[in-house]
Amino acid sequence: MSNDLTTSLRPALVMTGLFALTLGIAYPLAITGVAQVAFPHQANGSLVERGGKAIGSTLIGQNFASDRYFHPRPSAAGKGYDATASSGSNLGPTSQALADRVKGDVARLPVTGKPIPPDLVTTSASGLDPDISPEAALYQADRVATARHLDPAQVKALVRRSVDTPILAFLGDPHVNVLALNRALDAIAAR
Amino acid sequence: MTVSGWILILAFVGVLLALTKPVGDWLFALYEGRRTPLHAVLGPVERGFYRLSGIDPDEEQSWRRYAVHMLVLNAVLMLFTYAILRLQVLLPLNPMGFAGLPQHLAANTAVSFTTNTNWQSYSGESTMSNLSQMLGLTIHNFMSAATGIALAFALFRGFARHEAKGIGNFWADCTRITLYLLLPISCLYALYLVASGVPQTLAASANVTTLEGVKQTLMLGPVASQEAIKMLGTNGGGFFNANSAHPFENPTALTNFVQMLSIFLIGFGLTWCFGKAVGNTKQGWAILSAMVLIFLAGVAVCYWQEASGNPVLHHLGVPGANMEGKEVRFGAAASALFATVTTAASCGAVNAMHDSFTALGGLVPLFNIQLGEVVVGGVGAGIYGFLLFAILAVFVAGLMVGRTPEYVGKKIEAREVKLAVLAIAVLPLVILGMTAISSVVAPGLAGPLNKGPHGFSEILYAFTSAVGNNGSAFAGLTASTPYYDGMLAVAMWIGRFFIIVPMLAVAGSLAGKKYTPESAGSFPTTGPLWVGLLVGIVLILGGLTFLPSLALGPIADHLAMIHGQLF
Repeated sequence: MSNDLTTSLRPALVMTGLFALTLGIAYPLAITGVAQVAFPHQANGSLVERGGKAIGSTLIGQNFASDRYFHPRPSAAGKGYDATASSGSNLGPTSQALADRVKGDVARLPVTGKPIPPDLVTTSASGLDPDISPEAALYQADRVATARHLDPAQVKALVRRSVDTPILAFLGDPHVNVLALNRALDAIAAR
Repeated sequence: MTVSGWILILAFVGVLLALTKPVGDWLFALYEGRRTPLHAVLGPVERGFYRLSGIDPDEEQSWRRYAVHMLVLNAVLMLFTYAILRLQVLLPLNPMGFAGLPQHLAANTAVSFTTNTNWQSYSGESTMSNLSQMLGLTIHNFMSAATGIALAFALFRGFARHEAKGIGNFWADCTRITLYLLLPISCLYALYLVASGVPQTLAASANVTTLEGVKQTLMLGPVASQEAIKMLGTNGGGFFNANSAHPFENPTALTNFVQMLSIFLIGFGLTWCFGKAVGNTKQGWAILSAMVLIFLAGVAVCYWQEASGNPVLHHLGVPGANMEGKEVRFGAAASALFATVTTAASCGAVNAMHDSFTALGGLVPLFNIQLGEVVVGGVGAGIYGFLLFAILAVFVAGLMVGRTPEYVGKKIEAREVKLAVLAIAVLPLVILGMTAISSVVAPGLAGPLNKGPHGFSEILYAFTSAVGNNGSAFAGLTASTPYYDGMLAVAMWIGRFFIIVPMLAVAGSLAGKKYTPESAGSFPTTGPLWVGLLVGIVLILGGLTFLPSLALGPIADHLAMIHGQLF
C-alpha cells in the first residue's frame, strides 16, 4: 500500500504538469488561434454593427421598451438583459412570486381577445433569449404599427418574413430574432 | 406534445444507436492498447508523457495500486485547481481583474470539477478569469472524464480476464483516452461550435450600445474550447452562469442537438466496448436496451408535463407549454429532452432551468440522478455503476431460482455482492442524510428561494446532484454559502470515490476468478427477460429508497399546482 503511494507521486506530479500544458494551455490557445483566423465574426461574439458602431450581438437579447419596437421576453438577467449576469428566475411552478409577476405582465399587455403566447410573459433560462415566438411577435404587431403609423398588415407580413423555421423541420421551435426584426422595421420606416 | 417533438426524441436515439458501434470500436482499441490511425501523429506525445513521468505503460497494476494512483492524481489535480482559483488575481489572463475566490468557494469548485460533478456555486462570467476557466477548469473536464473511462476499462478487464492479478495500467488508460479520444474530438467539436456562434477569444468582453441607446456589456472568452469537452466528458460546468441555455454556449437548435448527442456518445459506445471485452456484444446490447427503456420513459413524462404547461399560469389567461426558464429557440421538446439526457448521464449541463419545470417535469431529472445515473450515465461512471446493478440482478435471479449467480463467465460470490451493495448504498445514505440535516438547521433553511414543497425539492435536488456527481441544480437555492459549499463538497467527494473504490475492489476480485463457461443452468444475461430484470432492479433498488422524499417534494408540489395552491 505504501509502495503504491510512493510510486504514484512522480507520475501524478509530472502528469499534472503535462496535462495542464496540453489541455489547459495548448488546446484552448490553439482553438483560439484557428477560430480567430477562420471564424473571426463568430469567435468575437457575432456583433451587429450600424454605421461602424456595435449595436449588439445577433445571439444575445437586448431590451426594447419603446412602443415603436417589438419587445423581447421578460428577463431575469440582472435588471433585465444584463449580459454580465445571465440567469433564469428559478421560480417554481407553485411560486406566488411567479404568479404575481405573470399577472402583472398580462395586465400590461393590450387585450386582443387572442390567447397570450406563453413566452411573452415568462422569463427565459438565460435571461438573454434573443428570440420570441412568431405568435408573440404577431401579438405586438398592432401596437408597433400604431406607434409607427404603419399599416398593421405590412408589419404582420414583416413578422412572417422574419420567422426562422426549424432546421430539418424538427430541430427546435420556430422563432423570430427580436433585434433582426426591429432592424428590419427601422429599415421599412426609413424607406 | 407535437409530432415534431417526438421526431426529435426518436431521431436523437436513432443517431446515437447508429454511432454506438463505431465509437465502441474506437474505445475498444484504446481498451486493448491497440494502435489507432492517430498514433502516427500523437504516438510520440504519448511516449514522451510516459518517459517524463517515469511510467511503464505495460506494467499491470493490482486493483489497489490502480486505485491509489488514480486517487493521488485526482488529489494533485484538485490542489492544483484550488491554488489557481485562490491566486487568480495574481496570475495572467485575468482581463476583468477578478479577485481570488474565497476559501469555501474555491474548495467547493475544485472538488466539484475533480469529481466530474461541475456543480457551480459560482457564476462564471462574474467570478472566473480566463486562466481559471482554461487551466483550472478545462483540464478537469478532460481528466475527470478520462478517469471515469479508465475506471470502466478496469472493471471490464475484471470481467474479461481470468485468474489475473492486474486490471490494467491507470496512467496508460488515462493518457490514451485523453490523447486519442477526448482531445481530437474536442478540437473538431470546438471549431464546429465557433462556426455556429460560440465565442473563442482571450478578450473578456465587448461593449455595445443597443438600438435604444442602452449600454450592454457582452461577456466573451475562450468559451468553445471549454464547451466541447464540457459536453463530451459529461462534465457540465458552463462558462456562463446560465450554462447551455446561454446563447453564447448553445446558439442554435442544431448545436443543441449536437450537444445532447455528445453527452451520450461515449456512454453508448462503452456498452458496445463492454460487449467486445467480454466476447459477446449481445451483453452490451442488453445493457444498452435496459438503459434506453428507462431513458425513454423519463423523456415521455418530462416532455408530456412541460408541453402541458402550468395550470397556475393557464388560469391567468396564458395557455400552452411551460416556458418559464426555457429558451424560445429550443422550446418544450428540446428542453425536456436535454433535461432528461443531462441527468440520465451525469452531465449536469442545462439548457433550461430545472427549478422552473412543472412539478413532475422536474421530478424526472431528480429521479434520474437518484437512480445512480446509470441510465447511460457519466462517461465510464454510468457503465461501472450499471454493472454493479447487474451484479445485484444476477444475485437476485440466483436467489429466485436457487442457482449460483454467474455473469459473463464469472461466478458472482458474497464478496462481490457485498461490495456492490456497499457502493450502491452510499448514494441514498448521503443524499437523504444531508437533505434531512439541511431541512432542519438554520443555514440549510436559509438556502431555498422557493417556499413550500418546492423549497424542499431545491435542497433535495442539490444533495442528489452533488452525490450523483451530476452538477445540475434547482438553481434557486443559494448555495455559495460556507454551509452549502462545505456540505456539498463532502457530498461530491463521497459520491465519487466511495463508489469507485469498492467498484475497483470488485474488478480486482473478478479478475482473479476462473472462467465459468455458460451451461444449461446459467441464467441468460442477454434476452428480454434479463433486460426486464435489470430495469426492475435499477428502479426498485435505485428508486424506491427515494420515494418518501419525492412525495414530500415534487409530488406534493404537483398536487398543490393542480389545485392552484401557491406558496
